[in-house]
Amino acid sequence: MKQLAYLVSALVLLAACSAQGSVSGGPDTDVLMADAPAPKLADYGFFEDAGADRPVDGVVPYDLINPLFSDHAIKHRFAYVPKGKAAAYSADDVFDFPVGSALIKTFAFVPDMRAPGVREYKVETRLLIRKADGWAAFPYIWNAEGTEATYAPAGGRQAISVVGTSGDALSIDYAIPNKNQCKTCHQNGDAVLPIGPKARNLNHDGPAGVNQVADWQARGMLAGVTGDVPAVPSVLDARLPVSDRARAYLDINCAHCHKASGSASNSGLWLEAGEVSDVKLGIGKHPTAAGRGSGGITFVIAPGDPDQSILTYRMQSSEAGVAMPELGRSVIDEDGAALVRAWIASMDTEAGPDKGAP
Amino acid sequence: MTYKGWTVAAAALALAACSPKPADVPASDAAALPAAVSAEGDFAANLQTALIEARPGDTVRLPEGTFKLSTGLSLDVDGVTVLGAGQDKTILDFSGQTGAGEGLLVTSDDVTLTGFGIRDTKGDGIKSKGADRIVYRDLTVDWSGEPDEDNGAYGVYPVESRDVLVENVTVRGASDAGIYVGQSHNIIVRNSLAEFNVAGIEIENSSNADVYGNITRDNTGGILVFDLPDLPVIGGHSTRIFNNQIVHNNTRNFAPPGNIVAGVPSGTGVIILANRNVHVFDNDFAENRSAHVLLIAYTEPFTDERYNPLPRDVVVRNNRWSGGGTDPQGMLAPLAEALGGTLPAIVSDGVTRWPGAEAQAANLVIDEAPEIGFVNLGIGAYPIDPPAVSPSMERPQGIPVPEPAAVTLPQDAE
Repeated sequence: MKQLAYLVSALVLLAACSAQGSVSGGPDTDVLMADAPAPKLADYGFFEDAGADRPVDGVVPYDLINPLFSDHAIKHRFAYVPKGKAAAYSADDVFDFPVGSALIKTFAFVPDMRAPGVREYKVETRLLIRKADGWAAFPYIWNAEGTEATYAPAGGRQAISVVGTSGDALSIDYAIPNKNQCKTCHQNGDAVLPIGPKARNLNHDGPAGVNQVADWQARGMLAGVTGDVPAVPSVLDARLPVSDRARAYLDINCAHCHKASGSASNSGLWLEAGEVSDVKLGIGKHPTAAGRGSGGITFVIAPGDPDQSILTYRMQSSEAGVAMPELGRSVIDEDGAALVRAWIASMDTEAGPDKGAP
Repeated sequence: MTYKGWTVAAAALALAACSPKPADVPASDAAALPAAVSAEGDFAANLQTALIEARPGDTVRLPEGTFKLSTGLSLDVDGVTVLGAGQDKTILDFSGQTGAGEGLLVTSDDVTLTGFGIRDTKGDGIKSKGADRIVYRDLTVDWSGEPDEDNGAYGVYPVESRDVLVENVTVRGASDAGIYVGQSHNIIVRNSLAEFNVAGIEIENSSNADVYGNITRDNTGGILVFDLPDLPVIGGHSTRIFNNQIVHNNTRNFAPPGNIVAGVPSGTGVIILANRNVHVFDNDFAENRSAHVLLIAYTEPFTDERYNPLPRDVVVRNNRWSGGGTDPQGMLAPLAEALGGTLPAIVSDGVTRWPGAEAQAANLVIDEAPEIGFVNLGIGAYPIDPPAVSPSMERPQGIPVPEPAAVTLPQDAE
């Protein structure tokens, strides 16, 4: 069988050219700082085990108050800051990590979302490495056995079937982004920047059950924490005002592109948590370059009318050229769309919108 | 779990990881073209990998043939040339596209795209953003079949860039603009063909553009120079439109409603909207059924305090005119009704006011033979108040406007 032959030859070649460096005693600095990405995720030495479940000392698991929706993928995040160095705290922006730092994010699925953790399997791991001249992004794809992840600059696609939380079968045409697509979302002006590790996203009890900002500070990974540490409202916390939750959702799911220094800057639709301009948020704003993504609708947000709002039209599509975000999902985030719909529906058509707390 | 699909890709990547770099060829062969990207195995993965691994100065060569791609390509390396076998010989077919917002996205500087075609993308054809000194040359971007609302928006789409060159490009079927340059500075669009798009060529929120030697025919509107509010870059100015054929742009407007071009009346040659210092000369206008030249203000409410919605300092001179104006469409139809059902070659909406600002003179300079018709519709302000509309056929006495110097581009050897 032709494909089997390819696979075999690939494995032989890969074995022939993979680095044989040490994988114990902490991440391998030489591999991290090399010009070229390592052929295998394991080459970096972030994990004790081949399945990348047990981080070595200094590689710290973390999570975010609100994750980005990625086709229902389960995400495992780790941060590494070289010993003796610390990221510089910022109240608003991504922490300024020192050269040699790495952020590791593994995307996994379970066959049945009603049984979290059962037969979970990894699909890809994305690395962001802080090189001397800035951040660089590297995608790795896992083998079927979950024993090895290989550098894959061109990304890939994978058909994934899951049973959703409602019990319905869900077919996901999962896209593993290529190296350039990593940058599309991580662009900040001319630089590539992480998205998640901001004070407002980390400031809660993480996987270890302790407050992550305090924990990172105690570990010496983070310095300069001062004043009140902000926190985003939890999208899932039904006790909070719908406007706060919806703005928090847009902040983490859209604003990495939809901001002045992002990939969608030219749209003039800016959705960061701190945005206060009605028209930049889309209220009464005409589309700029939407094409058929407008859905024949006039305004990005029509207060009180989610069915006449391009924002929800594009969230509720899974079709290329219409769906937003353009990258990172092939199925609709029904819960997210419902939240944004509820927010738009709650807007007073006469007295002006409640945009939520900046 | 299925992994068959990416087995081949992984194999290709493993091979790529071990093969010598093109830089290893002897210096004496440096001028020779590299081998074309392999069409064996997964062409899309091979090509995307080549675009990622290219070094500045490299040429990524595309083989001859038609290749199906299911997701968008991207290039983020400065100084790369993407070279196909010819705009009708190398065709990248996106009819089965399921991912990304365009066929090819370029985000690096000093890139040349040449000699290939892009077909049936779900969104835009080729987009370049923040890509200075880009060259689009000898390319075709088209959507097959009749003009359709479901076609992608823009054919070629440079935005937020300096020094943009588009030449010998053909775009057909875009549901917004065939050749669209937005929020950019220093632009040449020349010797290109735009047909069966909603807008043939559009220069939007941009400054210093030369548009010449093009054929725009059978679009809804031929050449548009627009400025829109509430975008990061506003205040478009200094565009010259000359030596173009602007003919029979009578295709129905098939833009999805909501988009600004959905308001373009079918049958318009040139539209200048909310832009300053625009010169239209030495063009051939023929058989544009609504009007050959339309000078109009932005019609919608806006909050952007930087914005001036009027067309101003516009020069129309020394063009060749034939037919047209016999069957005005869209917003022009009811206005033409009051004038007997037809419109002259040059139509101004006569808007001078908008909320929160003093009335302004548009300063229109019409330097054409006396028989070339002109009408000022006398709308005054938007929204239109029918009883207040007072059309006048009298030509404006504009103050001469110095013509902007020819645009020169560092990447332009001509």
